[in-house]
Amino acid sequence: MSDLFGVLPYAVAAWILLVGCYGIATSRSFIHVVVCLSLVQSSTYLLLLMVGWSRDATAPVFGDVDPGVPVVDPVVQALTLTDIVVGGAVTALLLSLTIQLAKRQGSIDPDRIRSLEEELEE
Amino acid sequence: MTRLAASRLLLAVGGLGTAVLLLLAFGGLPDLGDVPHPYADRAVQAALGHDTANVVSSVNFDQRAFDTLGEEFVMLAAAVSAVLLLRRFHDEEQDAHDLGYGPRDVWSAAHLVGFALLAPTILVGLYVVAHGAVSPGGGFQGGAVLATGLHLAYLAGDYSILRRVRPLAVFDMAEAIGAAGFVLLGISALFVGDPFLANWLPTGTLGDLASAGMVELFNVAVGMEVASALVLLLAKFLDQALVVRRDTDESP
Amino acid sequence: MIADVLVGVLLIATAITGTAVALTREPMRQALVLSAYGLVLGVLMVALQAPDVALAQIGIGTAIVPLLVVLTVAKVDRELSAREDETEPDEAGEREG
Repeated sequence: MSDLFGVLPYAVAAWILLVGCYGIATSRSFIHVVVCLSLVQSSTYLLLLMVGWSRDATAPVFGDVDPGVPVVDPVVQALTLTDIVVGGAVTALLLSLTIQLAKRQGSIDPDRIRSLEEELEE
Repeated sequence: MTRLAASRLLLAVGGLGTAVLLLLAFGGLPDLGDVPHPYADRAVQAALGHDTANVVSSVNFDQRAFDTLGEEFVMLAAAVSAVLLLRRFHDEEQDAHDLGYGPRDVWSAAHLVGFALLAPTILVGLYVVAHGAVSPGGGFQGGAVLATGLHLAYLAGDYSILRRVRPLAVFDMAEAIGAAGFVLLGISALFVGDPFLANWLPTGTLGDLASAGMVELFNVAVGMEVASALVLLLAKFLDQALVVRRDTDESP
Repeated sequence: MIADVLVGVLLIATAITGTAVALTREPMRQALVLSAYGLVLGVLMVALQAPDVALAQIGIGTAIVPLLVVLTVAKVDRELSAREDETEPDEAGEREG
């Protein structure tokens, strides 16, 4: 069982990262790219939380357990919390840029948009 | 080789190389679940020393409050830049504000559920913000719940009703007050001789609502700021999707 | 033992849902799959004894980000179809990802 836990969390985090990168590279719409970027960021949340996890330890909140009970790593959870909030803000900004791109260039296909200049003629 | 085939080959080579590198990197790491965490032990001790029951809130607002300051300003920057990018341009027009835009063909049950859940969701959001130092929660989580709870008004009614319960000037001011409040609370520590963002208020007993000193006040400032930033963000996106359209000669 | 099995099952469910997010091409449908993935990830975070992080993930990654994606898709579709009506009809607007 411990062998499985040596492999499975890392494998899942690496798989989600690679699948997200594949989605970004073979995408035909910028909105699809932004969602796959959010997916790639979520693989890092998974990795951070798995690193902090301890077997037979509980959540780092002492409202109902006595101090002295083993808890999982709270520092990594704080890092992941910041990661989630900043990732959401970046996704919102990228989506606003996508709306602007659709208005200015008339297309959100990554293959068709080659330059930042207006009036793309294809 | 066509361009598509070349890019697919590059993707395969890159993906395989990254997978190999990740395999080598993860192979050297210890098995999960049985590793010692020395930094975690010290963080828990520091949180209990300040009578904060929620250790993650203590790490966020007491031990590493500077990172949370940056995080809050990232939220502010995202809201401000969305307002800037999604403003109405010279070649766009905005529909009249009293048209009944709303989700079409919504069942009456959905309207009823939205109406019934609006007040409890706002209450739960305020609870999560206020109890950030005692139970899981805090400013960021509570702010997200408050912002989405407010938009139940869109599900229960239509867009004009949402506009009435969401005066944008008020949320603009609340966002600024939240962000500036965090900085001012941090500066207040300088007046008692502690470093910036230090936790200098007296702490109560573990598990009480009024324990943990400054963490509660930081939570309220962050909750106000995040809720307002998210409401502004969603307001701009809703405006763009529903109301703003290109100025054409024939009516849409 | 039960906790280990639960975490293992949730990890596999996360991998499957994550793959579905990347392989769903149409952006409107992808937003819903992203919301489901966020929910599964949130449950995994609860199983990993991280309730704060699960709250943030469900609040931001499951409720707000898919909502923004849906609004963006609605806006972009309307913008591109309005543009298509103006130009010659032999230009095909590409809106699917």
